[in-house]
Amino acid sequence: MADGGRGDYAIETRGLNLWYGDFQALFDVDLGVKQGIITSMIGPSGCGKTTLLRTCNRIIERLGYVRTTGSVTVLGNDIFGDDVELVQVRKKIGMVFQRPNPLPISIRENVLFGFRLHEARLRKITAAEEHEVLESSLRQVLLWDTVKDRLDKPATGLSLEEQQKLCIARLLPVKPEVLLMDEPCSALDPAGTEAVEEMIWRLRGEYTILVVTHNMAQARRASDECVFMLLGRIIEHGRTEEVFLAPECQETADYIEGRYG
Amino acid sequence: MDRRDLAWHVDRVARILVFVGGISAIIFIVGIFVFVTKEGLDFVFGSLDLGEFFTSIAWRPTSNNPTYGALALMVGTASVTGFAMLFSVPLSLGAALYIGEFATGKTREVLKVLVEMLAAIPSVVWGFVGMSIMNPLIIRVFDVPLGLGVLNAGLILGLMAAPIMTTIAEDALKAVPDTYREAAEALGATRWEVILKVVIPASKNGLLAAVLLGVGRGFGETMAVLMASGHAINLPTSPFDSVRALTATIAAELGETVNGSDHWGALFTLGIFLFLVTFIINLTADLVVRGIRKK
Repeated sequence: MADGGRGDYAIETRGLNLWYGDFQALFDVDLGVKQGIITSMIGPSGCGKTTLLRTCNRIIERLGYVRTTGSVTVLGNDIFGDDVELVQVRKKIGMVFQRPNPLPISIRENVLFGFRLHEARLRKITAAEEHEVLESSLRQVLLWDTVKDRLDKPATGLSLEEQQKLCIARLLPVKPEVLLMDEPCSALDPAGTEAVEEMIWRLRGEYTILVVTHNMAQARRASDECVFMLLGRIIEHGRTEEVFLAPECQETADYIEGRYG
Repeated sequence: MDRRDLAWHVDRVARILVFVGGISAIIFIVGIFVFVTKEGLDFVFGSLDLGEFFTSIAWRPTSNNPTYGALALMVGTASVTGFAMLFSVPLSLGAALYIGEFATGKTREVLKVLVEMLAAIPSVVWGFVGMSIMNPLIIRVFDVPLGLGVLNAGLILGLMAAPIMTTIAEDALKAVPDTYREAAEALGATRWEVILKVVIPASKNGLLAAVLLGVGRGFGETMAVLMASGHAINLPTSPFDSVRALTATIAAELGETVNGSDHWGALFTLGIFLFLVTFIINLTADLVVRGIRKK
């Protein structure tokens, strides 16, 4: 890929190390996440997949005792660079959390929260425009028909599945290019998982999606590429079917067969 | 077998003790209310002219022809409390925001302890500060003849009410789930946007409750207000005017009245009035806090 340019990678890490206080959670991670596809990250608990995901938009630094070395380049920007505005980086990177976390405001306000935040800095937004954004975002996550009659009801009254869809919908109005998802289905029942997975699959192509999952079946059926991590290192990264059918490393094979994890 | 029996008895005794402790609060509240009302009610329905009580400023209980107009006292209490809130609310909410949202580690711990220590200063000490430090200061800075008045008492009362407001407000901020902040930050909100658009709206009931408790504290405070307000019956027209508070009146006069006299009854009437006002304020605060939980 070109130096400083986008290349094929939406996210690229080089020699990334990360410490929580004295504990090192990531070791020398080199990862290239290709643009426009769904990449899943699997591995046992505590292997660093969530940490890696949360480093990509620097939300990990909320903890305060986190230290990193190495570089993370997202959409051509070194996110640790001095000249980078975190707010602009985060605008381009949406994040979905393990537990649906809609804000305690109405469905409408939830979807428009990020939009109002970013657009209002630049210009005045019209009500018609807001409504259009609202409808198209909710349609993209297949939620419009369910909620169109109760847009002003609190978002916390929705089912977990609907909440999670809403949490994805609220990312879309600010036109992100990358979506980071941290076990987006782990709080949902099987039907909800299927619905959300199906919806995520529909977003493929339009967005680069990096998804952490505990559920191997999910990684297998709903991702193009798969990253296997163990103890803070990337062990294997390849096309999902290859990682599952013909893993190169013994550890990967053992994990996939359920010998540990 | 024996040991289980012993444990069973201990459990039973403990349960009774805890139960008594639990309902004692109710007993005391009701007891105080009954007592205060009993002492005041005869007077309220007997010789008190309610119109005069609420509209006249003539509080002359020891005159040959006594009048019991409490308007100036009510205005005194209200003006001092109002002034106190005027500067204490922004101060306390600011402190709570800083402690809850910005300060970390040691700074935060030290600040929390200091704020709580502020609450432990006896009110007579605050009154002393008002009389011996604030009074000459106000005289010098504003070039007025007397520094004991609404301004002085309001400042002192504001400082006294700040710790409780800060602590409750900080609790309200802490009750906002961190996932909300995380969600907003991940959407690209700056720290201020997170606070203004997410944290404060989510905790507004708790913050309002904090303010109301501060107001309740202001209404009830006696000694510091007695010392710093000038204790003169007066409808204030400027912040430098002396006023007299309801509470201070009771404290200053009750010891010199004849048990059961009209004056005695009038003071208890002030007590009933205060009790009702603080009760309503606290009840509102409580309902407001409950309002959050329901959502």
